[in-house]
Amino acid sequence: MTASVDSPVDITPGIAEATPEFERANAKVQSRRGFLMALPAYAYLVLFFALPFVIVIVYSFATRTSSGGTDLSGWNFDAYRKLGEPIVRDILARSLILAVITTAICLAFAYPFAYFIATRTAAVRNIMLVFVMIPFWSNFLVRNYAWRVLLGNDGPVSRLTESVGLGETRILFTQVAVVIGLVYGFLPFMILPLYAAIERIDLRLVEASRDLYGSGWQSFRQVLLPLSMPGVVAGSILVFVPSLGAYVTPQILGGAKTPLLGSYIVIQFLTARNWPVGASLSFVLMTIMLGATLVYFRKGGQTL
Amino acid sequence: MSSPVVPRGGTRVGLTINAWLVYIFFYAPILLLVVFSFSNDTNIGRWGGFTLDWYRAFGENENIQGALGVSVRVALVSTLVSVVLGTLAALSLERFRFKGRQIFDALLYLPIIIPDVTMAVMMLLFFTQMFNALDAWFGLNLSKGFGSIVLSHIAFSISFVSIVVRARLSGMDETLEEASLDLYATRWKSFRYVTFPLIFPGIAGGALLALTLSLDDVVITQFVSGPGSTTLPVFVFSLIRKGVTPLINAVSVVMLAASITLVALSLLAERSKKPPSTAAPGE
Repeated sequence: MTASVDSPVDITPGIAEATPEFERANAKVQSRRGFLMALPAYAYLVLFFALPFVIVIVYSFATRTSSGGTDLSGWNFDAYRKLGEPIVRDILARSLILAVITTAICLAFAYPFAYFIATRTAAVRNIMLVFVMIPFWSNFLVRNYAWRVLLGNDGPVSRLTESVGLGETRILFTQVAVVIGLVYGFLPFMILPLYAAIERIDLRLVEASRDLYGSGWQSFRQVLLPLSMPGVVAGSILVFVPSLGAYVTPQILGGAKTPLLGSYIVIQFLTARNWPVGASLSFVLMTIMLGATLVYFRKGGQTL
Repeated sequence: MSSPVVPRGGTRVGLTINAWLVYIFFYAPILLLVVFSFSNDTNIGRWGGFTLDWYRAFGENENIQGALGVSVRVALVSTLVSVVLGTLAALSLERFRFKGRQIFDALLYLPIIIPDVTMAVMMLLFFTQMFNALDAWFGLNLSKGFGSIVLSHIAFSISFVSIVVRARLSGMDETLEEASLDLYATRWKSFRYVTFPLIFPGIAGGALLALTLSLDDVVITQFVSGPGSTTLPVFVFSLIRKGVTPLINAVSVVMLAASITLVALSLLAERSKKPPSTAAPGE
């Protein structure tokens, strides 16, 4: 993945012996050229990503005026103090629990699934992966809406449970529906990194552990699982972080009385007009995200 | 093929059942949505005989057609810009060493991992601040709309494009470029006739990804769109919140069909074989 430092593409072909001065000059030219090529994207991201990032931090220290505007002059910690209030604490706790449950369910289904794919022949594996890629790239809003259709009043799920004698199902607009929607939305995000990690493992190691009289469980626990840990961590982050900040799913499938972090942030901006609190919550969410990413890179992951 | 790696007995059955369950879970809701979009019943989840009325209503609804137009224009413009910027960024990170490279690398990763809502808040505050400043300094009266949507979409698409292109570049044999330079090709010619054809599948894949992301985005767009310029997903989202009708089923199926087409194309782009690198260009 990394080109070695001392072999940039030679700009003056034909020179057999490169003096140290020449090498240094060459490195300098290369460095400038690389920087100039990156510059447009660099400048774009500084202006339209890094600067907005800083503005959010500034807003989180600002004051809400009585008219719903934001006063940026006097900085204070009021918005952060508000995060300690019971309402906000409940929302944070509920969102964390739902995100953990979603991640756990995804992991429970995705791990055996990824292992199953990884142990198929190449042809079968490719077909199976294509059918994971389709939901992975399909419209998220539409896929959540599909559950609205299924779980709706007198909808297919309800009629199914009724016909087998379980009575009507009333899970739409509950947290169960939100978890279903989140699992449905993010399961591919768990499967793909897990598959990538398991596929890279030399499965003869599992074979060896079985030959050495390890039980199936021991081979899994002591050989397969540790080796696939980067995939577990990557998949968990890719599911946990967006679940924690989910907004579309709770809006479509969840109840209005139990807001989650994502929808609560949106309310602060679009209806309650308390931008400092919204900004401070966004900042908390960003911090969690960055922390999770650091954990991932510490665990030896290289790409997301 | 009866190695212990492929488990036997109960575990094997369990794995197979789990795989089927996952696929049923993935596809049953989508298929039922398609079925109900043809149903002649005002309840979104009940079968009342076949009809194309909802698709007809989709074609005749001016608001939906307008939103669809905005979506397509936003997607095309933002994809074009982010492909150029993202490819340059990928080339630079993959082929050069320069000061500030690591910071750039990190900055490029952030838009991918940041939650939608956070990015939406960032863009909302940024444009609010910018428009105020431009108004105060130059008397420019700007408001959120097509421009702010496109600028926001580019901000997250650049990163995705550059990751896809980088993956392709890192798998490419660098000596081919060196060989062309040894044969007195200029830097531009070497890029045009050697590097570009080899990384083209990556660029195409990145472009399709950027298109998909732009066409799918709800949260960020909702924060930066203005009255009169909303994209189709944002419009549909507001419809769903007002109350579900079978019309939404039909619109959803159209959006789904568009995403699936784009996935299929990107899978094809990914698979396309490397072009015959021995053929001389321009012959």
